[in-house]
Amino acid sequence: MLMDFLQVGLYGVVLGSILTLGAIGVSLIYGILRFAHFAHGDLMALGAYFALSLVVGLGFPVWASAPFAIVAAALAAIAIDQIVYRRLRRVEPVILLISSFGIAIALRSIIQLVWGPHNQVYVKGIQMPWRVGDLIVKPDHVWIVLGAVVLVIALHLFLTRTKTGKAMRAMSDNMDLALVSGIPAERVIMATWAVGGGLAAVAGIFLAMDTRLHPVMGWSVLLPVFAAAILGGIGRPYGAIAGGMVIGMAMELSTMIIDPTYKPAVAFGLMVLMLIVRPQGLFKGNA
Amino acid sequence: MEWAGLLTYGVFFVTVAGIYAVLTLGLNVQFGFTGQINIGIAGFFAVGAYTSAILTTAASDHHLGGFGLPFPIGVAGAMVASALVAVVIGWVTMRLRTDYLAIATIGIAEIIRLALKNEEWLTNGVRGVPAIPRPFSETLEFDTLAGLAGLLPDPLEATVLEVLSGPLGAAVLEVLSGPLVSLVVVLVFLALAWWMVERARVSPWGRVLRAIRENEDGVRAAGKDVVRCRLQAFVLGSAIMGMAGALYANFVGFISPEAFLPLYGTFLVWVMLIAGGAGNNTGALVGAFVIWLLWSATQFLTDALGAEYATQAGALRVLLIGVLLQVILILRPQGLVPENGRKGRH
Repeated sequence: MLMDFLQVGLYGVVLGSILTLGAIGVSLIYGILRFAHFAHGDLMALGAYFALSLVVGLGFPVWASAPFAIVAAALAAIAIDQIVYRRLRRVEPVILLISSFGIAIALRSIIQLVWGPHNQVYVKGIQMPWRVGDLIVKPDHVWIVLGAVVLVIALHLFLTRTKTGKAMRAMSDNMDLALVSGIPAERVIMATWAVGGGLAAVAGIFLAMDTRLHPVMGWSVLLPVFAAAILGGIGRPYGAIAGGMVIGMAMELSTMIIDPTYKPAVAFGLMVLMLIVRPQGLFKGNA
Repeated sequence: MEWAGLLTYGVFFVTVAGIYAVLTLGLNVQFGFTGQINIGIAGFFAVGAYTSAILTTAASDHHLGGFGLPFPIGVAGAMVASALVAVVIGWVTMRLRTDYLAIATIGIAEIIRLALKNEEWLTNGVRGVPAIPRPFSETLEFDTLAGLAGLLPDPLEATVLEVLSGPLGAAVLEVLSGPLVSLVVVLVFLALAWWMVERARVSPWGRVLRAIRENEDGVRAAGKDVVRCRLQAFVLGSAIMGMAGALYANFVGFISPEAFLPLYGTFLVWVMLIAGGAGNNTGALVGAFVIWLLWSATQFLTDALGAEYATQAGALRVLLIGVLLQVILILRPQGLVPENGRKGRH
């Protein structure tokens, strides 16, 4: 029983790492542009498929294709923002939300057009797991958790040590004050999309390593990602880490009691609970 | 023969467009009047469809019920069930920014879809609910008409019965109990939905909703219960979506979870409302018919490409509609039929 618990907890950490990387992007974008970016899940999927092209087309290992996928997804996010969202920024944020819902659907059909509608994997065959005592640890799981930790530390350094990162936090905390103090808003917004898109690509690749690639993989993970962002306090990237871990853990641990198909319902339930008792989230976001 | 085929297609087209128009009117109450974002339309639509299906089908071992109740009760049940789901979601999110409602509706739609797939005792799972009766088809069967003829004076009754039993009668019965009845039923309910929503729009309550959309704090300062009005609007809109679900189930005759993917149930309806003109009920109707026409027209594109490229063509159609939404949002955000007093961006 204890071993089961630890084993499932391990899966929870893996899922939590993936959700965290997605939720950080959602939270950053919400903090600065003030809208829930519904295309984020499909941006994750796009990143995962970019990596697939390198893995299948050029025979790259997954880890080596990741940097290219990150850059490509970041560029895609900036391009979407420049072509579509930028033109809608002057109107109410709800219009941006609807627009991003349309972008989500459009990205998914692009993925279907380019890469096909079927399930795909990076590496065929079964990975030999490591045994630590009675625990079964897949190497991929270790890479996912380590990768997430490294990226979160890098993000922390970026937000606290660089000028752009500080400007992002300033805009998120108090938009008017930040603009009055001469922060170049458009440049910071582009940086936000680059960071959000890059992290989304990694989250997508990790998700694909953990499960498989499929055109709707992004949409189906959108709810847990938002649940994580809300739990941590939307607009607070550090909260997203806590939110991601709590949601990931809860979703996996719930499989010991209820039907695993209802995992998204667990994320939803936690989110609803949070909205009732503390809508601003654990870390006091911009509710 | 060709004309008959075209006519059948025309009847089918208007029926489906009419169902979409009901959905679009429901969304108009939520988004157009009140500024609420519902990304879970497919969920409310599905709740309505399944509720009506379970209420109106004959008893079955494969799913809950069926209770074999008449169609109007199915519609009423569908509206009540959708409204109940809306009350729960609304109660949690009405105090917060509409972004939270949007996320919560995604969640509830996803959970409804999972439940439809997995709770076999309730919905027969992925195999779906078959044999949902068409509305009022039983009233137009031979026996009922013959019974009605019995009310007529004797010589006339004999003539009517003779005609009914003949080939002409058979043809008339075929058309009456077929798609034409569904079309009329859908149009009647569309008119009903339109009447409700239009009355709501011009009423003082409708003005409060629009005021909430424009300036929430102002409305609160004027002493109105913002949360309550918003919740009422959300529930009304969702009930109308439930009605559309009942119409769909009883028109198609078979429903399965596949029919309620977010793409058809939610995305198309959003494009319809935005294209037609959010806030304007005429706009909602126009949008529903125009976008359904466009969407059906792209079906010919799929046919032209051939079965070989069916999946790609399907994805291309969706992509085109997705791009169309962005173009409308950027170039003509007020839609084809703008709301009164609104010009350009809002």
